[in-house]
Amino acid sequence: MIAGLASVPARRPRLSFKVWLALWTLVWFGLLVVMFSGLQIVFGPVHLHTFALDGRFIGQWWLFISEGVVITLELAVVSILGASLLAFLSALARISRIAALNSLAGLYISLIRGTPLFLQFYFIYQGLPQFGLILSSFVSAVLALSLNYGAYMSEIFRAGIQAVSQGQTEAASALGMTPWQTMYRIVLPQAIRIVTPDIGNQFIAMQKDTALASAIALEELTGRARQAGLPRQHFFEALVIAAAWYWLLTIIFSYFQGRLEHRMAHSDR
Amino acid sequence: MTDSILTINGLKKSFGPLSVLDGIDCTVAPSEVVCIIGRSGSGKSTLLRCINFLEEPDAGVISVAGITMPAGERSGEHGRNLIELRKRVGMVFQSFNLFPHKTVLENLIEAPMIVKKLGRPDAVRLAENLLKKVGLSEKRDVYPSKLSGGQSQRVAIARALAMEPQVMLFDEPTSALDPELTGEVLNVMRNLARDGMTMLVVTHELGFAREVADRVIFMDSGSFVEQGPPQQCLVNPKEARTRLFLERFLHNGGR
Repeated sequence: MIAGLASVPARRPRLSFKVWLALWTLVWFGLLVVMFSGLQIVFGPVHLHTFALDGRFIGQWWLFISEGVVITLELAVVSILGASLLAFLSALARISRIAALNSLAGLYISLIRGTPLFLQFYFIYQGLPQFGLILSSFVSAVLALSLNYGAYMSEIFRAGIQAVSQGQTEAASALGMTPWQTMYRIVLPQAIRIVTPDIGNQFIAMQKDTALASAIALEELTGRARQAGLPRQHFFEALVIAAAWYWLLTIIFSYFQGRLEHRMAHSDR
Repeated sequence: MTDSILTINGLKKSFGPLSVLDGIDCTVAPSEVVCIIGRSGSGKSTLLRCINFLEEPDAGVISVAGITMPAGERSGEHGRNLIELRKRVGMVFQSFNLFPHKTVLENLIEAPMIVKKLGRPDAVRLAENLLKKVGLSEKRDVYPSKLSGGQSQRVAIARALAMEPQVMLFDEPTSALDPELTGEVLNVMRNLARDGMTMLVVTHELGFAREVADRVIFMDSGSFVEQGPPQQCLVNPKEARTRLFLERFLHNGGR
């Protein structure tokens, strides 16, 4: 019977997801290259003029624009740390039975989620100086992103913590662990596994919302693209360079996010 | 009275308008095995959960091995006493509640290291001995998701024992198990009783109660209706309510 099973020919695997993805990416890039090559395609009576990207401009300015990646990454990393801390604290406050803390966190979340992120950038960078509080572009951007994403992530954390069963808390308490020990040894490690996919998505979203900082004079990717492209009337090329970087960063981060989730899924459960 | 390891005095608990425990008094001697039986909703689980303050009692006093805890206090000393009491009282839950992100060994050494500040080598040695005792040495480095229900509950018992408690509470330890898996858990509990552990067991396993218990308590509507040796309480009950419960229970195929 086992021999019979073994002799069944293995079904040929279909083209995997990855192969298809690579194929489509190539096709997409091929089309882009043709579209922006400046070629004139003559096909019988049809004459197609494709757009012409200025290679000289790209050659001259791509390095200047690309240097903005450093600031973009710095901003994203510092802000995600700040947002995580804020989110964690306000999630704890939301769960706590202390009414003062609970309502304070509720107000924070409501206020931040009820106003546009763009407005929050302006408030911090251009509103606060009216009261004598002048912050640099970078610090303002970190504050705006941390506060904003902290509010959204707080709800994710709260849901994650509450998704850990009550029985876990009871078991830890019955063993003599304090509420704090129970939280960081038993509940949080499980909650973090639950929220990792959502937090990863927030990080990916934030990486791109760093572009808003260009509106408050921060020379990150988008700011530099604007600075290089706009006065020379090659804004399109400049934006393409910036877009390519955002895309690349997202692909890289998604890859690591996938690996992390895979590892967590296999360590237990 | 001087020879008691657990004393419950005037324990009351209600959930909203519903009175669940109606002034319970109880004394348990060292090494005594007490089985608590009764319909669901009779307050037996709540009684266990009040002993280690998983439920905060409304009134009453709990004393375990020299630690006395009155209900309804909120001081810092109360908090420290609570930890001391819980160190002395082990608890086993119906749904095991093993920590899924930790291996079997890590489940066992967690509380000894964190709560008792035991060094890792000592905690591991203790845990390995306990795993041998419940017959699961080979599962040492496995995650709980890979265990059967019976194995999970045996690990949960070992985890509670790792704190070297003086009293063990069992809250329907076999109710979540397939019938063929209850035996291995009851065996571990039988050995534990033989080794002289003080045990309070809420259970529907009347066979186990008859064989292992020193005393059986029948609870109904939040108070003790009848208590005594298994021969009395399970075979020749004096109270009509106990008889009715047993008749219905046996009629429904209970053991």
